Amino acid sequence: MSARSRRPPPGPLEYLRRWPLQAWLVMVGVFLYAPLITLMAFSFNDSKRNIVWQGFTLKYYEKALNNASLVEAFGNSLTIAAVSTVLSLILGALAALALWRFRFPGKPVVDGAMALPIVVPEICMGVAMLVFFARVMPWPQDLPWPFNLGAIIIAHVSFCFPFVAVVVRARMASFNREMEEAARDLGAGEWRMIRDVIIPHMAPSLVAGALLAFTLSLDDFVITFFTSGPDTVTFPVKVYSMVRFSVTPEVNAASTILIVMTVILTALALRLQGDPAAVSGHGGGNTKA
Amino acid sequence: MEQSWKQAKSVFAGAMGPPLFWLVLFFLVPLGIVWVYSFGQNVGLTEISFTGTFSNYARAIEPLYLKIFAKSAWIAGLTTLLCLILGFPVALAMTFAPSRLKAWLLLLVMLPFWTNLLIRTYALIAVLRTEGYINLSLGWLWQHFAGVAPLVGLEPVGAFTPLELLHNNFAVVVGLVYVHLPFMVLPLYSALDRLDRSLLEASLDLGAGHIRTLLVIVVPLALPGIASGVLITFIPALGSYLTPDLLGGPDSQMIANVIERQFKRANDWPFGAAMSFMLLYMTFIAIAVQAMLSRGRRRPA
Repeated sequence: MSARSRRPPPGPLEYLRRWPLQAWLVMVGVFLYAPLITLMAFSFNDSKRNIVWQGFTLKYYEKALNNASLVEAFGNSLTIAAVSTVLSLILGALAALALWRFRFPGKPVVDGAMALPIVVPEICMGVAMLVFFARVMPWPQDLPWPFNLGAIIIAHVSFCFPFVAVVVRARMASFNREMEEAARDLGAGEWRMIRDVIIPHMAPSLVAGALLAFTLSLDDFVITFFTSGPDTVTFPVKVYSMVRFSVTPEVNAASTILIVMTVILTALALRLQGDPAAVSGHGGGNTKA
Repeated sequence: MEQSWKQAKSVFAGAMGPPLFWLVLFFLVPLGIVWVYSFGQNVGLTEISFTGTFSNYARAIEPLYLKIFAKSAWIAGLTTLLCLILGFPVALAMTFAPSRLKAWLLLLVMLPFWTNLLIRTYALIAVLRTEGYINLSLGWLWQHFAGVAPLVGLEPVGAFTPLELLHNNFAVVVGLVYVHLPFMVLPLYSALDRLDRSLLEASLDLGAGHIRTLLVIVVPLALPGIASGVLITFIPALGSYLTPDLLGGPDSQMIANVIERQFKRANDWPFGAAMSFMLLYMTFIAIAVQAMLSRGRRRPA
């Protein structure tokens, strides 16, 4: 393509080098990032009122880290996200494997049912979980720490694993089924073949799926809001109750920590994967085997 | 070719069993219970009798609630439209960017999407509130303008009155657009990325302008992607709870807020259940419409 030339004038399809589009991109970028960047910047601001810059301080980080209930909520969120991710990864990969490999009666129904948690509005799922854990399967109230989070973890897995299944299945579409036959011809058993042939092919999508499940779980407010009790507060639920009262630099500090963690996690996943498009779950075209 | 499940029954059962069990017990059953509740009635404080009544649905379509449904659909629709307008040029720029830059742009769109929803909403509160950054900047500009005005012969202006940007419908739409923009950009990008570029080049070579090429060539070809972006944005926007709750005012209640109130404060579970299923049906209708449109498009081709 002649559009490759570096010097002006811009080629016909080099939309990125035209100023109206550049201006538009800058505008959208400011819209997306200015609120987050100011939020992060003002977590270092030495003023209670969070408005005018008064000088650099770390005291709100100290305050946030000394806020026992905030730290506990943070720990709860990470624990829930970690456990939900592992469970979602297992269930999602199994579902993807079964749906990719087999044809069976009722497959369209199962397919549709698996997509339901993705499309059902969060609020509907939240109330369903509320009713379920209130009336059908009451989760014991005073279990020792990680176990009291069980209800929330169950709810999170229910909406996370179908996402993992979608991502993994998209990846399996590029699997060459002859590899399977070759492995079988060479005498590999069922388990051996899954372990040595299928799982290595799945690997990038497992990373992407894990990242997706972890973020979905960490991010979830609505469903957790309906399943959490007074002792099982997660970070979003805690921030919600803090935000309802006022805008405080402490929340800014806690948010900044979480944003930085998100950025690090994303960067890590990109490293592992080497392709940002694949992490988005939309990169079907970019993850050619 | 897919294998028949009979050829490896144990593998099939081992792989399909656990996820299916989980889906049924921890998703379909809870949802089913809510559905049953929607035909029940409150008896006393906590007892609910399942009488098979349609009165909850009848109540849900009373004008008061119908107005909230209509309003939610309108707000979600407006959000989707704004996301499309804002996001389309971004997706277009991403598509035709050199590959290194493309990865960065994609990352820039993705990052807010990975960031916690509550944090993003909170960040917007700090920007929009009465003593927020927008009002602060406007106030600062106003002050300077007020100092200059008399010098250039204008009447002196009064004190700055902050704009009411938070706790109204405007804030809700801004918040929803802010939150859902990545949902729109990503499917648009993946649709545009698959376009055959030679068609665009041909159109430009034959003398069509960029706008004309865009409207006549790009948009029709990217229509399936646009449709899925619209759907992916509209559905979560329709059922959003947090944004109207934190950014909205007393009159910006959406369906989800009404549902939450029935389950938490008003304690009218059957009515809340009926509202939930009304929302669910609206979602399914939106999906069905999209599916029908995309099928209808494919047939004549």
